[in-house]
Amino acid sequence: MAKRIDVSDLNIYYGNFLAVENVNVSIEPRSITALIGPSGCGKSTFLRSINRMHEVVPGGRVEGKIVMDGQDLYGADVDPVDVRRQIGMVFQRPNPFPTMSIYENVAAGIRLNNKKMRKSDLDDLVERSLRGANLWNEVKDRLNRPGAGLSGGQQQRLCIARAIAVEPDVLLMDEPASALDPISTLAIEDLMADLKERFTIVIVTHNMQQAARVSEQTGFFNLSGVGQPGRLIEFNPTEKIFSNPDQKATEDYISGRFG
Amino acid sequence: MTQTSTAPAPPGSSAPAPRRGERTRRLPTWAPWAAFLGVAAVVGALWPVLDLNAALFVLYTVVLGTLAVYLLTRAVEGSRRATDRLVTCLVVSAFGLAMVPLVSLVWEVVSRGAARLDGEFFTSSLVGIVGEGGGAYHAIMGTLIITALTTLLSVPIGLMTAIFLVEYARGRLKRAITFLVDVMTGIPSIVAGLFAYALFAIFLGPGIRLGVMGAVALSVLMIPVVVRSAEEVLKLVPNELREASYALGVPKWRTIVKVVIPTSIAGLGTGVTLAIARVVGETAPLLITLGITNATNLDAFDGRMATLPVYAYYQLTQPGVPPQFATDRAWTAALVLIILVMGLNVVARLISRFFAPKTGR
Ligand SMILES: Nc1ncnc2c1ncn2[C@@H]1O[C@H](COP(=O)(O)OP(=O)(O)O)[C@@H](O)[C@H]1O
Ligand SMILES: [Mg+2]
Repeated sequence: MAKRIDVSDLNIYYGNFLAVENVNVSIEPRSITALIGPSGCGKSTFLRSINRMHEVVPGGRVEGKIVMDGQDLYGADVDPVDVRRQIGMVFQRPNPFPTMSIYENVAAGIRLNNKKMRKSDLDDLVERSLRGANLWNEVKDRLNRPGAGLSGGQQQRLCIARAIAVEPDVLLMDEPASALDPISTLAIEDLMADLKERFTIVIVTHNMQQAARVSEQTGFFNLSGVGQPGRLIEFNPTEKIFSNPDQKATEDYISGRFG
Repeated sequence: MTQTSTAPAPPGSSAPAPRRGERTRRLPTWAPWAAFLGVAAVVGALWPVLDLNAALFVLYTVVLGTLAVYLLTRAVEGSRRATDRLVTCLVVSAFGLAMVPLVSLVWEVVSRGAARLDGEFFTSSLVGIVGEGGGAYHAIMGTLIITALTTLLSVPIGLMTAIFLVEYARGRLKRAITFLVDVMTGIPSIVAGLFAYALFAIFLGPGIRLGVMGAVALSVLMIPVVVRSAEEVLKLVPNELREASYALGVPKWRTIVKVVIPTSIAGLGTGVTLAIARVVGETAPLLITLGITNATNLDAFDGRMATLPVYAYYQLTQPGVPPQFATDRAWTAALVLIILVMGLNVVARLISRFFAPKTGR
């Protein structure tokens, strides 16, 4: 089930370095939320704090609150591993497991967690996930070939299939198409439009047109200087951001008059 | 004369002007070989005059041949190519020089050890043998048992240490352990032997000789090698794979067991095999901890055991009369040891070949 995420007063640190300051935002279920902004302003950092991947980095910690459908993700009794099961993630560079076949990559979330599942059920799940990622027709004849043998765009869709196979509520995507050619990018964008029926999607992108094409809501991150924390400058419906933003900085960035 | 100024080639000229010191004339590819052959023939003709031996002949041929190739190339092709040829000759000569001890060692061991490389050597021990015959069955089994025991002790400890260092340890603790592993790498093998001896003597009294003592001593030598190689291999696993696993809600320990280790299994296997090859020929620590025996003892927890290196040592230093038979056995033991190490190296290569992640488009 897609879920709603409410972020309040979030500060994100690397050790003593405050990377992102004071984020307040509500992310709607069954929609695509895009995060844009210049490099180094903390988009990835913010995204990774949503599924508690941020604390994997040594010294990574957060202050503030992220609540998903009433559940405080940073509550004292919450296991980060559980959070990551509910909030899936797709990375900038496709990273299929090199030791595993295409099939095993998709089944990785089940297999690695030692969940017991009948072979026929697992077959179904793999097929469903690959269909969901628009990859089934391309790989159905070679499910047992290594996942690393696919093209970059196929690998990225394989990673999406792997992420949706564990049936998360939310899907985070950190520049999922930035390493891909235009055709693969289009395939991923089409895919996102399908996926938002079932998931809450948050996507970081450097590509303004992409944000405009796929998202309902857009957040603009910016930072006032090197060593300064990044901030969420504006969060509004995508249409408004791209036609009539509230903030001057947003308009400058979108119209390319940035920096 | 070639032009010394570096004026740019006029626009439109198709072939770039030859660089300084480079001419367009080329020697045929066989020319350097012919030069060497010619020099060899000349030096060979002078053999009686100069009172040469084989080593001097090779030395003269290489030095004069290099010179001849250099001068010939310089005259025909220019100084750039001549320098290139000169360096090629130097590198090849250095390689040849490095191969001399290796080849002569293998040659010596094979030629002397082949005599006794027979069935009896692998099937009988030295019980009741005075003079001819006998074998090293007990020593071969001893070496296999001790090495297996050492591997059993060292690999889990070494691998877990490496995993701890790469996946968990941070800051001062990590530096301390790395430093200690470095120190351990430098421990002389005799010290490892004395350590194991002293350790067991505390509990079992002085003069004790046991198979496990040898395994413990060799483990002291093997653990740091395993840690080091495993650490390097684990570091090569891209962090992205760990993150991909975490993002699926897989706990850290399971990520290590099911993603990190399988991804690096080829390198880990290779490292372990090479570490085994490193300790299989150790002599000094086994001399202290295992001693030697003529009979077959397959129980590592009861009394002296023979091993190949120690066997070779005793056959050579205490051969009895006549010494010929024991000396032959010593050489054959050395040969078997070399074959064992070479076999392990082949195994290491096979492991890295078969377990390496496949991409196969
Ligand atoms: N692992 C890390 N350790 C320390 N600082 C980091 C780390 N990753 C990112 N940062 C810092 O955090 C800030 C935000 O980075 P990031 O979230 O990657 O920006 P973006 O994704 O918007 O380009 C930058 O100043 C960056 O230097
Ligand atoms: Mg980023």
